[in-house]
Amino acid sequence: MIIVSYYPIFLIASLTEFWPTFVLQKKFMKKIHIILLVLIAGSIGVLLTFLKTASTYDTIDTAIAKPGKFVHLMAKLDKSQPIEYDAVNNPNYLSFTAIDTLGKSVKVVYHNAKPDNLEISEKLVLKGKYNNGQFECKDIQTKCPSKYKEEQAKGGTHPGNVPAKK
Amino acid sequence: MDYIGENLLPGQLGHFFIVLSLVASLLATVTYFLAAQSKNETDSIAWKKLARYAFIVEVISVFSIFGILFYIIHNHLFEYHYAWKHSSRSLEFKYLLACFWEGQEGSFLLWSACHSILGVILIKRSGKWEAPVMTIVSFAQFALATMVAGIYIFGWKMGSNPFILLRDSGVFDNAPGLHINFDVNQPLRPDYMQSVKDGNDLNPLLQNYWMVIHPPVLFMGFASTIVPFAFAMAGLWKKQFGEWTKPALPWALFSAAVLGVGIMMGGMWAYESLTFGGYWAWDPVENASLVPWMILVSGIHTLLIYRHSGHSLRATYLFFILAFGFILYSTFLTRSGILGESSVHAFTDLGMNFQLLTFLLIFVLPSLAFFFYRYNQIPSVQKEENTSSREFWMFIGALVFFLSAIVIIGKTSLPVFNKILGTKIAPPEDAEFAYNSIQVYVAIIVAALTAISQYLKYKDTPGQYFWKKILIPTIIAAVLSLLFFLFGEINYNKKGPIFQGSIWLAVVCSIYTIAANAGYIWLGLKGSLKLSGGSIAHVGFGMVLLGILISSSNKEVLSNNIGGIPAPLAEGEDPRENLTLVKDMTANMGRYSLTYEGDSAHPKKQLWFYKVRFRSNDGKEEFVLMPNAFVNYKGNEGLMANPDAKHYWDHDVFTYITSIPNPENAKDTTSFKPYTRKQGDSLFYSKGFIIVQDIKQKDSVPQELFGSQGMLYEVPLKIYSKSGSVFSVTSRLANAKGEWFAIPDTITSESLILQLQKVNPDKSIELGVKESNAIMKYVTLKAYRFPLIKLLWYGVWITAIGIIISMVRRIRLNRAGRTGS
Repeated sequence: MIIVSYYPIFLIASLTEFWPTFVLQKKFMKKIHIILLVLIAGSIGVLLTFLKTASTYDTIDTAIAKPGKFVHLMAKLDKSQPIEYDAVNNPNYLSFTAIDTLGKSVKVVYHNAKPDNLEISEKLVLKGKYNNGQFECKDIQTKCPSKYKEEQAKGGTHPGNVPAKK
Repeated sequence: MDYIGENLLPGQLGHFFIVLSLVASLLATVTYFLAAQSKNETDSIAWKKLARYAFIVEVISVFSIFGILFYIIHNHLFEYHYAWKHSSRSLEFKYLLACFWEGQEGSFLLWSACHSILGVILIKRSGKWEAPVMTIVSFAQFALATMVAGIYIFGWKMGSNPFILLRDSGVFDNAPGLHINFDVNQPLRPDYMQSVKDGNDLNPLLQNYWMVIHPPVLFMGFASTIVPFAFAMAGLWKKQFGEWTKPALPWALFSAAVLGVGIMMGGMWAYESLTFGGYWAWDPVENASLVPWMILVSGIHTLLIYRHSGHSLRATYLFFILAFGFILYSTFLTRSGILGESSVHAFTDLGMNFQLLTFLLIFVLPSLAFFFYRYNQIPSVQKEENTSSREFWMFIGALVFFLSAIVIIGKTSLPVFNKILGTKIAPPEDAEFAYNSIQVYVAIIVAALTAISQYLKYKDTPGQYFWKKILIPTIIAAVLSLLFFLFGEINYNKKGPIFQGSIWLAVVCSIYTIAANAGYIWLGLKGSLKLSGGSIAHVGFGMVLLGILISSSNKEVLSNNIGGIPAPLAEGEDPRENLTLVKDMTANMGRYSLTYEGDSAHPKKQLWFYKVRFRSNDGKEEFVLMPNAFVNYKGNEGLMANPDAKHYWDHDVFTYITSIPNPENAKDTTSFKPYTRKQGDSLFYSKGFIIVQDIKQKDSVPQELFGSQGMLYEVPLKIYSKSGSVFSVTSRLANAKGEWFAIPDTITSESLILQLQKVNPDKSIELGVKESNAIMKYVTLKAYRFPLIKLLWYGVWITAIGIIISMVRRIRLNRAGRTGS
């Protein structure tokens, strides 16, 4: 990781080191080629630094293991625990319990309106940080069973699935 | 078995035309190829004639498929899966087209139809380039035809057919009620159509007029990128390395104008019907269409350099190949389901990933290989560009624009890299800033170069000429920038002073672009509209940049929650942007006071309109916004909100609903608390107090309703709220035919329910008081103010108009050249 993060600096440094030779040997290198190389090196540098700022997909255990670090927590709503949201008193406070596939659970706090399909979601991507015993969420992405699949699975609400009268 | 109530003819015709389209496009490809390869003139003409017939048959097939599928949707033939899945009877006529292209199959057909139109024009207009160019277009038509074929080849399913019947699509497999003897292993009942009354409907978020017109424009843009690509390939193929640039230029300009407008129409749709509070979110789907446009625009600029100076031909080839290549890549990204977690609005996976990947690679790999194979034969100028020449700076601008596109698509492709490398890298904490922090520098460089380049001459510019010409626009831009510094502002300081300063600088450069290019129309072109297409397009581009910079960085959250319980917020955390409005109670939020005045329902759908009145605190503005929301709509449980905006010339006020009371929670569970009081007494509730004004008994009640012993008590009450409001209510208790009836009174804004429960002989009463949130009608919303967003929309149109003016001029020049030679 260290090598990766310093890579753009190496690239640019190695490039600037050879600059004088390029400039001297005008036959090999036009100005435009030098600019081309610098810009391409810059672009690669930008992409590599992007990777450095990138975050990770985590389970609750691994998210707790790195408090204060921004992660994408993959979990789902623990339906056995209450959802705390009172839009009249405070529309910017939502709290619920998330549980992941390993069975671990954590309290989630979200300072925004409750996503309306939270209760029926089958998967949640919680973007935020674990801090002081709770997961502070900046953004919630709910994954709902698609209409189509849901109907297939239930077989009940299907428009064609009316019990026949015989 | 015969099923009752099915109309099978359209489907059979549809299948026929799909097969015909496959055969005709393949035939057109082969015959055009032979026409292009044939050394013998008469052979070539004969092949070309055959190829034209084949392509015309292909065009007829595509439009027939298009028409039949629309017929099926329009007539609600729900025995077809496509109509059942994407439309419904309650859908307005105008949205029938939107559901046509909601599905992958329909959007492939749209693409194919655009190719058909372009193909016919190419046959008429492209002269000797027809055979090689149309070989490539016909092959693309063949590739698209396979996408809707739905044919099994050795057990592998090729494409997804839009004419699949509902009963063959597998949706009934778990519906015993529709099978004979309620057994899913038995065939369907012949009268199954009796139970299929309505379709699934169009996704509510797509029920917006932009969804009717934005996809055709965008797909015309997508489809037209093949033309410059095909011309470039034809140039390599026929070894006429530079000549193709002449006929290709108007096509490339057309493509840039249409694709650009299409992308921004998508932005307008997002702004008007999605709720991420803006027009651009660097979503993979948006990026995937922006990137080919950026590369195409770079290609147009290098092509112009080539036509005027002989430089940059190789770059032009590369850019046109990649522009089309990234169109195919974006198709792969958005349709394969590979984006998964990272995009909110990609198509659903149809299990066609292999085919989509083949579509991408079959065009990109051979064309790139061919380009590098012929690379050394492509003429290039050995002499170096002069730093005082227009081509030098134009090339740098094109290069920066191109590389910025590559950086954008690199970041967007994170899920692809994860898939290939097996890594699990997630987007960074502030994904939008990851883009903005880089692109602001691109905006600075590109805007500055756009401002000065026109004042440079090709090959070499005398210093005196340049400084003399550019002086006036520079002064104007400097004055405008100064005025902006004095009276305008860039408030965005969340990301530190460097980023804020960069935005300032980008604003100055955008102003410079506008001033310099507008000035050039008079200073350089003597006001000739015919010649000033490029300058007009650049003015528009400058306006787009300025509009983006100001509207995004000065976007203001209006709904900052001042009341309510302050939640503990960590340093740097998002402010509380949601505001709850209780019906009829005015809430103050900074600039405006808001009142939620009520709601109304759509006559046919579960679509609710919420009436919110905005009053500015200085008393100058007053208007009503009606954001709406689909509530528990057709299996989409929950809320799907559409924003509403008030447009002013210099800003928009934008609001949408984020939460409404859940009908489940609205069940009233609290009970009445009894209070015994006499006339003139008062009692307290949590938000104020109530005074019992009088206790009246009415004897003259209608006998037929109340019976002979009937009586009615009336107790006028006055309620004094802490908020200062005073309410008058008369509580009633009736005795009719020996039974007591209490009629509860509700004071909604106080969440108060009062009920006269008993009148005692000693002239005292028992008043039931209930305080419950359940009776409260409220909405939670967010509101934003976008300054100068109009500048962006107008900029887009001006850019497009400028490009079209250039296109018309280039077409005229080409024609004049042809007749002259």
